[in-house]
Amino acid sequence: MLHTVSVLVENEFGVLSRVASLFSGRGFNIDSLTVAPTNEEGLSRMTIVTRGDEQILEQITKQLNKLIDVLKVIDFSDGSAIEREMILVKVTAEDENRAEVLRIVDIFRAKIIDVTPKSYTIEATGSPAKIDAILELLRPLGLKELVRTGAVAIGRGAKGWKG
Amino acid sequence: MKMNGARILLECLKKEGVDTVFGYPGGTVINIYNELFSFKDIHHILPRHEQAGTHAADGYARATGKVGVAIATSGPGATNTVTGIATAYMDSIPMVIITGQVSTALIGNDAFQEVDIIGITRSCTKHNFLVRDVKDLALIMKKAFYIASTGRPGPVLVDLPKDVQIAETEFVYPDTVEMRSYKPTVTGHPRQVEKAVDMLLESHRPVIYVGGGVILANASDELTGLSRKLSVPVTTTLMGLGSFPGNDPLSLGMLGMHGSYCANMAMTNSDLIIAVGARFDDRVTGKIATFAPGAKIIHIDVDPTSIKKNVRVDLPIVGDVKDVLAKMIKLADKHKDKADGFKAALTPWHEDIAGWKDKHPLGYKQSSTIIKPQFVIQKLRELSDDDVIVATDVGQHQMWTAQFFQFNKPRTLLSSGGLGTMGYGLPAAMGAQAAFPERQVISICGDGGVQMNIQEIATLVQNRLPVKIVILNNNFLGMVRQWQELFFDKRYSQTCMELPIDFVKLAEAYGAKGFSTSKPGEVETVIKQAFKEKGPVIMEFKIAREEKVLPMVPAGASLNEMVLNA
Ligand SMILES: Cc1ncc(C[n+]2csc(CCOP(=O)(O)OP(=O)(O)O)c2C)c(N)n1
Ligand SMILES: [Mg+2]
Repeated sequence: MLHTVSVLVENEFGVLSRVASLFSGRGFNIDSLTVAPTNEEGLSRMTIVTRGDEQILEQITKQLNKLIDVLKVIDFSDGSAIEREMILVKVTAEDENRAEVLRIVDIFRAKIIDVTPKSYTIEATGSPAKIDAILELLRPLGLKELVRTGAVAIGRGAKGWKG
Repeated sequence: MKMNGARILLECLKKEGVDTVFGYPGGTVINIYNELFSFKDIHHILPRHEQAGTHAADGYARATGKVGVAIATSGPGATNTVTGIATAYMDSIPMVIITGQVSTALIGNDAFQEVDIIGITRSCTKHNFLVRDVKDLALIMKKAFYIASTGRPGPVLVDLPKDVQIAETEFVYPDTVEMRSYKPTVTGHPRQVEKAVDMLLESHRPVIYVGGGVILANASDELTGLSRKLSVPVTTTLMGLGSFPGNDPLSLGMLGMHGSYCANMAMTNSDLIIAVGARFDDRVTGKIATFAPGAKIIHIDVDPTSIKKNVRVDLPIVGDVKDVLAKMIKLADKHKDKADGFKAALTPWHEDIAGWKDKHPLGYKQSSTIIKPQFVIQKLRELSDDDVIVATDVGQHQMWTAQFFQFNKPRTLLSSGGLGTMGYGLPAAMGAQAAFPERQVISICGDGGVQMNIQEIATLVQNRLPVKIVILNNNFLGMVRQWQELFFDKRYSQTCMELPIDFVKLAEAYGAKGFSTSKPGEVETVIKQAFKEKGPVIMEFKIAREEKVLPMVPAGASLNEMVLNA
């Protein structure tokens, strides 16, 4: 089962490797991990997409909480989050394919950010499902290079993470 | 007042009430040692190896309950501490380890004696710090002691670059420390505690299963109070020995792989297990699928990650076990009528337990020609002081000590339970003796493990630390040999030590006293003589070479599938 957690951490030296080595040391999976500072001084936020059964997920949350630099772990198991991901993708685009690429870009409200006679570079954002869908359509046309940010997530509703 | 970083470090230790540190000098800590030269408030003990220094700080911490402190230089000094740190981490022992580091400008350049000790110890410390500015040093030290000693305790490493030791700043030690990201839970949820008492009073075959957490939390009185009030039998892990008086009729002794028949049978047949400060280690549960099949489980622990890690739990209580047990006693008083009824209804359970105790008590076959190790342990108990501290090494002798040396008080058994570190026993005893110069301290070792830190006899002699070292010499790596005997057709691959050591001469070479015997009739005399000595002593007992630790639950078997005698 895929599972998204947000981790608020003190912006301390080495905090990323503490989190990463917790996952590797205990045999937990990381599907994706993003990290950047938040609006609050000294606090960074990580979004980690992981997988495992309920017991493993419980251990992951508890072990993260146990790290001294971790302020809060938000567990988005119940679909209570909005998730977005961005990709930059370079596709082969020659002859009749050029129009097909443009059509797909249009349908998914993506953007062309670089053009050459032989390729388009596309920027797309959306839920991980939408990103998977656009990639599925682009793949047969020839992907030269793909960069995914991994998901970021925020809770639904009026409340911030502090409640 | 303005001071350099090295001096600030010592002032911080003093503020934390540290009276003794175990350390070893070198290039990147030479400034600390320079300050120490004229610093009168801290007693420094120089071990002969940094691993031993770290184990000594650990032994000091286990015996006193205070934070143990060790110092090592960068590079090889720092890596030598790693086994000691991991040992303390696995058993949740509060420690602060200070390592020197190359100057900040050189970090990352593969400088001479540079090693990324922060990276190396990340997974075996509770937390670690690299100090990059002398202005942060005092606060980091405050945090280090706070983190090491609160919640589930553990070792914290502070890596201190040489230039930070030299740089100067105003010394101000914070009175308190507040960390928004570290708030150890202290009190158990009252509703959960109430539920626990309800579950207990409704049970018919309850067992309290106790781990080292009770000792760490200084909760022996509460544990004993609850057990006696309601007549609930208690079994402990290796780490829990001493938390409950071994001579109490309600004590079932140790459980698990080398636990007593009655403890393992009680666990298997119970209908309620109250786990207190224990973590359901695989050495304790045996095969998980058949572990205590009919029991509900209440798990009380200060560390939420311990709960539901290995076994299902019906009622988790996160909190300081001392606080939770005290609340349970109060609630039992409140429900006095129900509690009396509960107690009365326990008779059949106590009869079952008495039956198991009778059927297979811990025992061994005595011999008049060859020394049985269990006999030595019993004699040691008989002839030693009431408040004696025993540090063991790892192996068969450790299990015989656990089984036959009755521990009645907390913090009297120091043993590497989680990591099982050979080489721990001698330096840990040294640390305990440094903390309690007047108390009797015995180190019980095997002939294998004692040689892993044997050089510390020099430290004992030099510092007048009168540790009594007992070597149960089977001329084997006995515990591994036992496995080879039972599970590998007696193929004793690399477990025979071959070369006999003259431990008496060895003791004498270091300036200590040595005794040795292979005769059962001399065991008592040797122990008495050794205990009379004012200084450190080695007592070597040449024991039955192929004696086994029994009972034994083979790895992966169910708790009630014990090998009782082979
Ligand atoms: C550092 C270390 N290396 C290896 C082991 C594996 N091991 C566990 S017990 C044991 C045998 C110990 O022999 P000895 O010290 O003579 O004690 P005995 O079992 O004979 O009482 C060994 C090798 C260990 N626990 N620690
Ligand atoms: Mg041996």
